[in-house]
Amino acid sequence: MLQKKNLWWVVALAAFVAFPLLQKNPSYQTIGVWTLLYMACAASWNMFSGYSGYIALGSGVFFGSGAYTMALISVHAHMAPGAAMFWLVPVAGVVATAIAVPFGWISLRVRRHTFVVITIAFFFIFQNAASNLSFTGGTSGLQLPFITWGVSYFDLPFYYVALGLVIFVTILSALVRRSRFGLQLLAIRDDEDRALGLGVKVQAVKITGFAMSAFTIGMAGAVYAMFLGQVYPAGSGFAFDPLFDLSIAMMSFFGGLGTLAGPLIGALILESAQQYLTVNYSNGSLYLILLGGLFLIVFMVMPQGIVVAIRDRVSKRAQREKAAVADNELLTAGAAK
Amino acid sequence: MTTLLSASNVSRAFGGVQALNLCSLEVEKGSITGLIGPNGSGKTTLFNVMTGYVKPDSGTVTFNGEDITNARPDVVFARGIGRTFQLTRIFAQMSVLENMLVATQHDEGWLRGLTRSKSSPLEVDNAMEWLEFVGIARLADLQAGSLSYGQRKLLELAYVLVADPDVILLDEPAGGVNLTLINQIADKIRTLNAQGKTFLIVEHNMEFVMNLCDSVTVMHQGTDLVSGLPAEVRANPMVLDAYLGGGDDDEAPEEVVHA
Repeated sequence: MLQKKNLWWVVALAAFVAFPLLQKNPSYQTIGVWTLLYMACAASWNMFSGYSGYIALGSGVFFGSGAYTMALISVHAHMAPGAAMFWLVPVAGVVATAIAVPFGWISLRVRRHTFVVITIAFFFIFQNAASNLSFTGGTSGLQLPFITWGVSYFDLPFYYVALGLVIFVTILSALVRRSRFGLQLLAIRDDEDRALGLGVKVQAVKITGFAMSAFTIGMAGAVYAMFLGQVYPAGSGFAFDPLFDLSIAMMSFFGGLGTLAGPLIGALILESAQQYLTVNYSNGSLYLILLGGLFLIVFMVMPQGIVVAIRDRVSKRAQREKAAVADNELLTAGAAK
Repeated sequence: MTTLLSASNVSRAFGGVQALNLCSLEVEKGSITGLIGPNGSGKTTLFNVMTGYVKPDSGTVTFNGEDITNARPDVVFARGIGRTFQLTRIFAQMSVLENMLVATQHDEGWLRGLTRSKSSPLEVDNAMEWLEFVGIARLADLQAGSLSYGQRKLLELAYVLVADPDVILLDEPAGGVNLTLINQIADKIRTLNAQGKTFLIVEHNMEFVMNLCDSVTVMHQGTDLVSGLPAEVRANPMVLDAYLGGGDDDEAPEEVVHA
């Protein structure tokens, strides 16, 4: 059973590695890059919010900070445009994590709706700061060193770096789920006060989880900035996008909150669908209408997300088959008599 | 006999309601102490103060001679005071075994939780032993939310026990539980007490309290009214008055810990 499950992961990984080698169309390869970046972000968001039940809507802070870290350092250090800029990706992750610690220290004192509202407030503070500070270039943003790779080759490095982020965060998420720390996050989701009364240092655990989830989101922001070649605080090519948080949260809900594969599947379906529709029909509002309809259907049919719905169906079928076998045995036993 | 856990002159008000008013309580090491009183007399609030869930306005709580008055619940638990809740609180979306594992290793640093697996074989064995002890080992792999009310009570008892606390505070262990299970729970408590565990029990079931406890304290209107042997307390006219002519029913909030 477990081996079969692992086989699915291997098949999926092989498909992702092979995709840009088989699909040479640059616009589809670009869709691949966006999709992988969102998969990494959704999985990383889920590693904290999905496990702990603290639905954060301010992770755009980490994404934007990661993007600005990449932009600011590459511009001010006069880096040569090229692959060397990828070294800034983990640096951006560290910056995002460092921001997450005080952010979490303040916001994680409150729960549920209050927590959600505070994370949104934090997001707008950062967006405003990026728009108004001089060193971030204000509303006109920053232009990164211009990378001049050929069109047929341009997407590939970004694609594989983004895939690396997805692999990294998936392994991290699986390790967290298996650790004592992950168990404590789940306990916090179910009953935080009870967990506290059983010796779980809830505040420290929450801040750690929050900061860990910021790391990969910050790295994704850095890849995003490098890929676009520019960062703006808001508007087109925005680094601080309020829809970013809604998207990764929705992707996780859609795929299965708190599961390992759910956010990956949710982001894969939703982001690639959005990009595909935008590329082929170049109509943003059509996408929103379709998405709205899809969400309504999904939440009515499988409110816990795709992964949980499939898992339930599989286990129910296994039970039915077991019951059928037992029935058959009874029948044959009866017939023998 | 030495005092293991004590509250002295503890007061706590919620808005205009004086839930605890200069309340004192002593729990002898190795005893089974009962805490009874009408609804709203402050029993659960006293539990909450002693386990760090509620900070008292005044007064002190000591454990093993050390002041733990304003310690957080996780610190109190790590010191060796375990408790259950009146309305059972379990981790509903986790398995029964995982519920048990949350309570183990309460004394290790939070960073260590990152690098270690959620359970060692030793911890699983230990957890299974306690589940066996309360009689729900066969349910270990089930989701805790699917347990019946009585099974949840047993699970709550088991995961407090797995951390090996010195004193265990039980908030209505027999509430809403059938007679067979009540007797089972009483047996478990006696067995554990014989092994050296100290108990403080809030309970409305007089039969249960009078048969089990070495000493009983009666609370009334936020303060301790009488303490003594069960037989003495039962015969005390003040106690009868408090129960029959009290008139303070349901005035003070019993459950103050917000989920």
